[in-house]
Amino acid sequence: MRYSGWKVLLEGLRGNRGWKPVWRDPAPKAHYDAVIIGGGGHGLSTAYYLAKNHGLTNIAVLEKGYIGGGNVGRNTTIVRADYMLPGNAEFYSHSLKLWEGLEAELNYNVMLSQRGIIRLFHSDGQRDAFVRRGNAMINQGDDAVLLDREGLREQLPYLDYDQARFPVHGGLLHPRGGTARHDAVAWGYARAADRRGVDLIQNCEVTGIDVEGGRVRGVQTTRGVIRADKVAIITAGRSGQVAAMAGMRLPIESHILQAFVTEGLKPVIDHVISFGMGHFYISQSDKGGLVFGGDLDFHSSYAQRGNLPMAEHVMEAAMTLMPMIGRARVLRSWGGIMDMTPDGSPVIDRTHIDGLFVDCGWNYGGFKAVPASGWCMAHLMATGESHEVARRFRLNRFATGHLIDEEGSGSQHNLH
Amino acid sequence: MRLTCPLCGPRDRREFTYLGAEDYLHRPAPDAPRDAPPDALSEAWDSYLHLRDNPAGPTRDLWYHEQGCAAWLLVSRNTITHEITGVELVANRKGGAA
Ligand SMILES: Cc1cc2nc3c(=O)[nH]c(=O)nc-3n(C[C@H](O)[C@H](O)[C@H](O)COP(=O)(O)OP(=O)(O)OC[C@H]3O[C@@H](n4cnc5c(N)ncnc54)[C@H](O)[C@@H]3O)c2cc1C
Ligand SMILES: [Zn+2]
Repeated sequence: MRYSGWKVLLEGLRGNRGWKPVWRDPAPKAHYDAVIIGGGGHGLSTAYYLAKNHGLTNIAVLEKGYIGGGNVGRNTTIVRADYMLPGNAEFYSHSLKLWEGLEAELNYNVMLSQRGIIRLFHSDGQRDAFVRRGNAMINQGDDAVLLDREGLREQLPYLDYDQARFPVHGGLLHPRGGTARHDAVAWGYARAADRRGVDLIQNCEVTGIDVEGGRVRGVQTTRGVIRADKVAIITAGRSGQVAAMAGMRLPIESHILQAFVTEGLKPVIDHVISFGMGHFYISQSDKGGLVFGGDLDFHSSYAQRGNLPMAEHVMEAAMTLMPMIGRARVLRSWGGIMDMTPDGSPVIDRTHIDGLFVDCGWNYGGFKAVPASGWCMAHLMATGESHEVARRFRLNRFATGHLIDEEGSGSQHNLH
Repeated sequence: MRLTCPLCGPRDRREFTYLGAEDYLHRPAPDAPRDAPPDALSEAWDSYLHLRDNPAGPTRDLWYHEQGCAAWLLVSRNTITHEITGVELVANRKGGAA
């Protein structure tokens, strides 16, 4: 299908009756070489790269709801490579490079907007920590610029610099960071995977994982039994439950993260701004809505909606940082289930069951990881070896003490 | 969301700090074995610190009444509906504190 301004105009005049489905709606086959559980960003990109990079096409993505209904369509769309620790740094760097070529790769407009991300600092100690982080980013081959207070004021004149609790001293700018259109990423990968022969099977919930003699044999689903030589669990906040079907206990606790959007406004916020000390970050969508959020609700939850205390806290932080925001009206708030690990870093690994793989533990930063996660998971599933940039994302690193704790906040699931 | 603290009565969620699942009550003995390789934790420690059942539905977890009586509480609740079905003092349980 071709998209163009003319086509939109024409369809508008014809009552939009001419649009056709963009991917097939196949019935599940009895057997696949590989089955991916979960049709979120990571499941779809894994399927795409299995087909594109490794020539595997007898594969299916099983999604219990609809494509894009999970976190891939609920996040605040921030894309960045500003990690510091070995393990994370090379992985997110690789992911950002894939983002930069994604539109050409998928022939789909994912609206990547490298508008720059600015993280604010409020003390000398925090500035020093950001200098160190910035240097790590530059060493990794990515970009970082330290802005002093006056440099920052030129870019963000509307902040309250002299607030009593967290006076703004400056910021760390990551120019290549930005946002992308989350739904388009899901749709783009879905269409591209479908075109390479991948079966995308929606309304198909996996209810059991069949294991015989230490080897995975397939899955039980609400649409029947499906045999498979390889099975990948890529179900984000639901990973613990799906892994339990294979008798596993994961280092994951599921938590709720909320986000908010205002009515559409004229362009006012050019960057992504992150006010970590206040638990607040914000950007403006192309439609004009201010998209913002904060921290977890902090207790484990599977409700895809949040509680008021965190909503109130986020609004307070917004008012503290940029009092002008008080004039905007909030349109909607929503929540998604986050697969939180004890070190805040993800897992891309095989399991103790032959042929069974897991890709999970994305915490609240898995949108930016969508391209590289699929790339590395496909590599692992096809070759049996961890990809170079994901080799530290092991499932047993907690037991062996090789945690990747980017924030240094300790081994507790809700602290990352 | 409100928790009914056995000592303070029904209080707003904001007064409480969440620690994590009930697993934190099952701390291995300090001399619990550590497996080879030398830096690997034993299963007991891994279970206590990292691995979680993470149920969708009824669960039990530890909360601290930070802005109240400073008691540790074992809360029974539902992770899908956010309904609270029971709150007991950890100190009253056999085996004692967290
Ligand atoms: C409010 C919010 C803001 C966020 N902001 C950002 C951000 O700015 N930047 C960033 O990088 N990340 C962000 N994230 C995190 C990011 O959205 C997630 O880490 C990422 O989307 C998770 O991977 P996914 O896309 O594969 O997950 P999902 O889209 O959730 O995919 C998992 C899929 O598995 C399916 N599934 C589950 N169980 C089964 C089963 N039994 N059978 C079949 N299918 C099943 C689900 O239906 C779901 O569609 C945010 C998340 C939220 C909620
Ligand atoms: Zn109390």
